[in-house]
Amino acid sequence: MSTQPAAADWRPALVPAAVLRHDPVRGADLLLLPERVVVLQGRGEVVVGLCDGTRTVRAIVEELTARFPGAPVADEVPAFLDGLRREGCLR
Amino acid sequence: MSVPASPWALLAELTHACPLHCPYCSNPVDLTRRSRELGTAHWAEVMRQAGELGVVHTHLSGGEPLLRPDLEQITTAAETAGIYTQLVTSGVGLDADRLAALADAGLRSVQLSVQAADPRANDRIAGRPSSFTAKEKAAALVRDAGLPLGLNVVLHRENLDAIDAVIDLGVVWDVDRIELANTQFYGWGLLNRTALLPTPGQLARARDTVARRRAGLPGRPELVWVVPDHFDGVAKPCMGGWGAVSLTVAPDGTVLPCPAAASLPDLDPPNVLDHPLDWIWHRSPAFNRYRGTDWMTEPCRSCDMRTQDFGGCRCQAYALTGDATHTDPACRLSPDHALVRSLVEHSEEGAPPKPWVHRRAGRRARRCPGPTG
Repeated sequence: MSTQPAAADWRPALVPAAVLRHDPVRGADLLLLPERVVVLQGRGEVVVGLCDGTRTVRAIVEELTARFPGAPVADEVPAFLDGLRREGCLR
Repeated sequence: MSVPASPWALLAELTHACPLHCPYCSNPVDLTRRSRELGTAHWAEVMRQAGELGVVHTHLSGGEPLLRPDLEQITTAAETAGIYTQLVTSGVGLDADRLAALADAGLRSVQLSVQAADPRANDRIAGRPSSFTAKEKAAALVRDAGLPLGLNVVLHRENLDAIDAVIDLGVVWDVDRIELANTQFYGWGLLNRTALLPTPGQLARARDTVARRRAGLPGRPELVWVVPDHFDGVAKPCMGGWGAVSLTVAPDGTVLPCPAAASLPDLDPPNVLDHPLDWIWHRSPAFNRYRGTDWMTEPCRSCDMRTQDFGGCRCQAYALTGDATHTDPACRLSPDHALVRSLVEHSEEGAPPKPWVHRRAGRRARRCPGPTG
């Protein structure tokens, strides 16, 4: 890989201020933070659900690859996690 | 008209009572008496219905929400409804026990008002001695409790030149976010416009300061600059559109598309005591009155910006032109834009400070001098 957006040994976790919840009214998964709502697209909720501070990015990618064979997990998930970190949702 | 999307946010004005008397308060000039406030069960029901309607954020605000002894129960009702809570407070009256009780009740975050970084200036603007000391203590308590903390600083002629100090204060208090909110001129802000309106030079310097400090900070605190709308010839997309994103419930249960809309005549705003929130949001005449673009007059009606700025602010259009369907005069395309231009042109650099009226029940109760020198 030419770029590695998120270090493979980072153990992402939601910041304490963030709440992950399903929104039945909109049929969406949301990350709630002060003054901010992040609407998770696709299977974002599944990815964020694995960010418990114990799993490494590498382990998350492996787990998702096993669950969703054929999905572009290795290409997309590290960048997705890095984006959430830049937005202040993960640490 | 299509079915309006669900609201995301609820501003809960739990009380209009407040230990502070800021001259730009966003509460209406006619403050609701404490005897007319909704009770605990009504507020709990508002939160339940708001959650079902799609609200995911609430600002537990006032006045000073800490004056409600049932704030904990209201917080729990919001949390139970799946709504993320933020306490919007002056900090006056917050102690460790109260904060612990609120955190136990499910409180998620705190926004603390600060009037100025200089304690004497803070207390003078707030109209309350020692309020700065209370805020400093409150900030430390929130930090110790591990809750996210933001500062809200309303900006005007008398504190715009001291923004650097406000940002320094936020760094020292270890806050997550500083909202630098230029005064909006309705209600008390309109009453005190002469004293509060900044000069174009002040705003330009403040904008430069924010840009410089943003570049120098390591990502925290986040600096949010809420732009003034009298100076750029651009109308702000007020509330993200009328009845589009959020709703306000006033202390007596009146429901409004924005906290300033109480000033509009003939709006006949609905009340949670009379109607379900779902009906109020989707069906009430008040929430549909300026929704979408059908109500617009020219030049908004045929303007490409109409779905982005929604014609600006209805309350400002009414306050300045006497007609809430007019284009917001803050917009350079408004035929009434000269009203705003002349205000700005008369806002002189170096002019002596002008007196303001502190917010109090029974308006114009006391005139207070501006700073000396």
